[in-house]
Amino acid sequence: MKDVWTIYKRELGSYFGQPIAYAIIVIFLLLSMVFTFTLGNFIEAGDASLTYSFFLYLPFVLMVLVPAVGMRLWSEELRSGTVELIGTYPISLWSVILGKFKAAATVWLIAIALTFPIWITVNWLGEPDNLAIISGYIGAFLLACTFLAITLLVSAFTRDQVICLIVSSAICIGLVFATFDPFVRQYSKTFSPEVKDAITALGVWDHFLSLARGAFRLQDVLWFASIIIASLLGTSAILSAKRS
Amino acid sequence: MIEVENLTKRFGTKLAVDHLSFTVQKGEVLGFLGPNGAGKSTTMRMVTGFLPPTSGSIRICGTSVIENPTAAKRHIGYLPESAPLYNDMTVTGFLNFAAEIRGLTGTAKKEAVSMAIETCFLESVARQSIDTLSKGYRHRTCLAQSLLHDPEVLILDEPTDGLDPNQKHEVRQLIRRLGEKKVVLFSTHILEEVEAACTRAVIVDRGRIVVDGTPEELKEKSGTGSLTDLFRQVTTRDTEPETSEDAA
Ligand SMILES: Nc1ncnc2c1ncn2[C@@H]1O[C@H](COP(=O)(O)OP(=O)(O)OP(=O)(O)O)[C@@H](O)[C@H]1O
Ligand SMILES: [Mg+2]
Repeated sequence: MKDVWTIYKRELGSYFGQPIAYAIIVIFLLLSMVFTFTLGNFIEAGDASLTYSFFLYLPFVLMVLVPAVGMRLWSEELRSGTVELIGTYPISLWSVILGKFKAAATVWLIAIALTFPIWITVNWLGEPDNLAIISGYIGAFLLACTFLAITLLVSAFTRDQVICLIVSSAICIGLVFATFDPFVRQYSKTFSPEVKDAITALGVWDHFLSLARGAFRLQDVLWFASIIIASLLGTSAILSAKRS
Repeated sequence: MIEVENLTKRFGTKLAVDHLSFTVQKGEVLGFLGPNGAGKSTTMRMVTGFLPPTSGSIRICGTSVIENPTAAKRHIGYLPESAPLYNDMTVTGFLNFAAEIRGLTGTAKKEAVSMAIETCFLESVARQSIDTLSKGYRHRTCLAQSLLHDPEVLILDEPTDGLDPNQKHEVRQLIRRLGEKKVVLFSTHILEEVEAACTRAVIVDRGRIVVDGTPEELKEKSGTGSLTDLFRQVTTRDTEPETSEDAA
């Protein structure tokens, strides 16, 4: 546990000791606000919930920005050879993976928390269901963590950060669009219903939207958790296999 | 104490380390010599628990690296060949991190870090960011990292690589001094270092030990009293035509 903390501190220090964390947080805040005030019609909708004005657009922002935060986690370590230091210190690989994951998740926790003015604004404009908003925020954070775990897994494969960014964004974009309604309508015409159901079961929308609407279902949380855990286990397996 | 028995490492079809056996006792400094690609670094990576061996056994102070890696790694200080470092940290920041990972806290950590900075002559760059260090200082920072926890076993892959003549001298003295109380295994391409720092040396060629002995014994074996001559006699040169075994 202490080892996780040591790694976590180092990784977080390296995020905030460089422009990367600040840059991504600022871009995230700008993009999410732009979507909310343009496509989301935040002002005119007269809808005091954040579901369709704010949360709905988050997957599109996160699917490219989250890999940008996670891409350096293992790629940089493989490129600079520090993996050889880490690999000869008396700590488990698993605590390094957890420390790295938690540090990057903290960056996203901060980024998502900094959207709080919009929460204050809806409370000032109307009487929103604040529990539903909390549920939406939990969904947003879980989604960021899921994309992050996928990026971490991809970064274990390559020492090239750009390749990691491209591949993991592609996977996240795939996950988002595979079940995005307009697309589902398209491919449900060509595919049989079974295939369509199989694809929608894989995508994020079902699970994310139910959280964003305030329906806090255990199955959604489990869905996110299982992808995260599977990706972290995969990362550990890839790194061990790489050495031999 | 390092005990290595029948250590073998295969990368695909390439045999990098071929049934290597040796032991290094406390108070010994073993020099690892050999041409490029002989398998020195690969052996060290296995001894430090970074690479899993294809077969063979490694024991550090009685603990098996393969069965109980974490416990074995506690005894080891390791300087990898490329002296990898976290470029986004300062020298002190990095050493503090490495000390914490070694389980040091509070004043013990502070003392260990300032001791390592002193031993490796890093005072002048202690607050400097690692990515702005010169090659020699990078190497010394990585060396400092291996000394933090006062390990019983030191494994140094080309510790004098990239150092200026003064620092080469200092590091040899350091290895000698540390070798009195510790187990030291280090590799080098500089044959004078054998006499300057080693109590014993082995020459590795194509993953096998071809010569083993004290610096005096090695000089005797060469016939001419020159280690370079011995080295050239016993190792395969890239400039020689390939043997039929390799061609197959
Ligand atoms: N990860 C790897 N995959 C494939 N082959 C490898 C790998 N690591 C090392 N080798 C091969 O194993 C052999 C031994 O390499 P090693 O780095 O141990 O040599 P060395 O004795 O340290 O050489 P040098 O003096 O140049 O440092 C080389 O032929 C090298 O190409
Ligand atoms: Mg080497």
